Amino acid sequence: MKRASLPSRSAMALGGAAVLTFFVGPFAWQILTSLRTEATVTELGLPHALSLDSYVAAFEGQPFARVLLNSALVAAVTTLVTLAVASTAAFALAKLDLRGKSLLLSAALAVSMFPPIATVSPLYLALKEVRLLDTPLGLVIPYTTFALPLALWVLTGFFRDIPDELYRAARVDGCTPFQAFRRVMLPLAMPGLATTAILVFIFSWNEFLYALTFTSSPTHRTVPVAISLFSGEHAEPWGEIAAASVIATLPLVLVALVFQKRIVAGLTQGAVKG
Amino acid sequence: MKERPAHGYLFVAPSAAVLFFVALCPIAFAVWLSLRRFILVFHDDAFVGLANYRFLLRDARFFSALGNTVYFTVVSLAIELVLGLAIALLLDRATRGRGLLRAAVLVPWAIPTVVSGRMWAWMLNPDYGLIPRLLPVHDVDFLGTPGYAMHAAILVDIWKSTPFVALLLLAGLAGIPDELYRAARVDGASPRRTFFAITLPLLGPSLAVTVLFRALDALRVFDAIFVLTGGGPANTTETLSIYAYKTMMRTGDFGYGSTLAVATFAIVVLVSTVYLRTIGRSAGVAR
Repeated sequence: MKRASLPSRSAMALGGAAVLTFFVGPFAWQILTSLRTEATVTELGLPHALSLDSYVAAFEGQPFARVLLNSALVAAVTTLVTLAVASTAAFALAKLDLRGKSLLLSAALAVSMFPPIATVSPLYLALKEVRLLDTPLGLVIPYTTFALPLALWVLTGFFRDIPDELYRAARVDGCTPFQAFRRVMLPLAMPGLATTAILVFIFSWNEFLYALTFTSSPTHRTVPVAISLFSGEHAEPWGEIAAASVIATLPLVLVALVFQKRIVAGLTQGAVKG
Repeated sequence: MKERPAHGYLFVAPSAAVLFFVALCPIAFAVWLSLRRFILVFHDDAFVGLANYRFLLRDARFFSALGNTVYFTVVSLAIELVLGLAIALLLDRATRGRGLLRAAVLVPWAIPTVVSGRMWAWMLNPDYGLIPRLLPVHDVDFLGTPGYAMHAAILVDIWKSTPFVALLLLAGLAGIPDELYRAARVDGASPRRTFFAITLPLLGPSLAVTVLFRALDALRVFDAIFVLTGGGPANTTETLSIYAYKTMMRTGDFGYGSTLAVATFAIVVLVSTVYLRTIGRSAGVAR
């Protein structure tokens, strides 16, 4: 489909090339840096030989395997809890007649606008009080809360798109509201749940401020904290940092590329309907 | 008619409880803390009324952080909007390579901000970085020179956030009916005229939402600057979130740190309220 009048083909190609270079170039450079040997890490040209030394080194000086595991655990648990909490609410918001619905949605919208720094001191003291500082659960709780607004908005949209008749038919057939939700609505909302899961997982994997303030020991850190504190004894270990960054990022980039349609739909829906 | 089951509220109770106890209560608690002198390591805890706020109003470092935050927000948002709109138009009109381009812009979006910060710090490294060595001027320490450092942080934010802007605007462009463009072509409207008379006005609601989302995000900027410069050199990149963080976690002053955090929160609330009352409403009507 051609819309409006097109700028010349070459101008478009040039623009496309610029977009590719600017957005992918830095990451490609990071991958290249990670594959150089320590002696050649500062070279500009293409390396003569590729080396995995930096990848090995990234796991040696610090508990990076443990850090990856921490992040995976926190992100996975946050995703599951958020889906459980948000899906029931989103279903009710879309399909039931409840008073105060708009109050919940406005509260969610307001919370999504909170600057995280505003809750750092109270949450720190509260987590300290219940001895959850420096534990995975101490991160899962705030992550679930601040992923909830996006999950609610995206999922409510998906539940709205399921015809009301299906829910009513399930009720007529003798399902309780919860059974109708579990057996009929939830399976139909699978695409929405998958989209939400991807977005929440990426949010939790990338979160930095809470992870930085609520964890203290090196073995409890998450990936962003470990990478931000990565430093060598003498010079910055650029090769190792690059390798660690690639390991921490490549899975997310692959997920983003595989599910790009879903992610774009989820993001724009969460934003546009807000 | 939608059903109103007896136990319907049980469905929303967990969400409501989470939002109430882990988001709204902490904000109230932060306000309470901001009225106290509270230094964790010394077990120093006393009610001081508005003393922290009086100090805030005379705190030059707070106003400098506020200025830095506003500058960062306005400049990065303006560039991201222009660039994002250009990319959205490109994606909307590209016949070939559309999938490739959309995949390309998703790369920075998926990369953790901390990782992108370190990535750019490496590329901007004065001795070995790619960018200083490609530029004709050598030995510029972008991250260590006041004036440059803030713009380096803005560059990283542009790299990281323009994709989001482009994707939101692309969704807005997709909602503009083709008939309007066809009619414009039949009427012989120039591409420029078509852009200003059709594309831009009909994109209004999408633009309004995008600006709000990005502005609120930029006002709370922390990750990229923390990793790139830590607020330096000479506090020239220190934003409100960074200043509040340092006061709380480095100095251990939870009272005044909370005051700074509450002030940040109040600014965000003020900006979004004013925005929604003015631009948001008129854009909403256009929709």
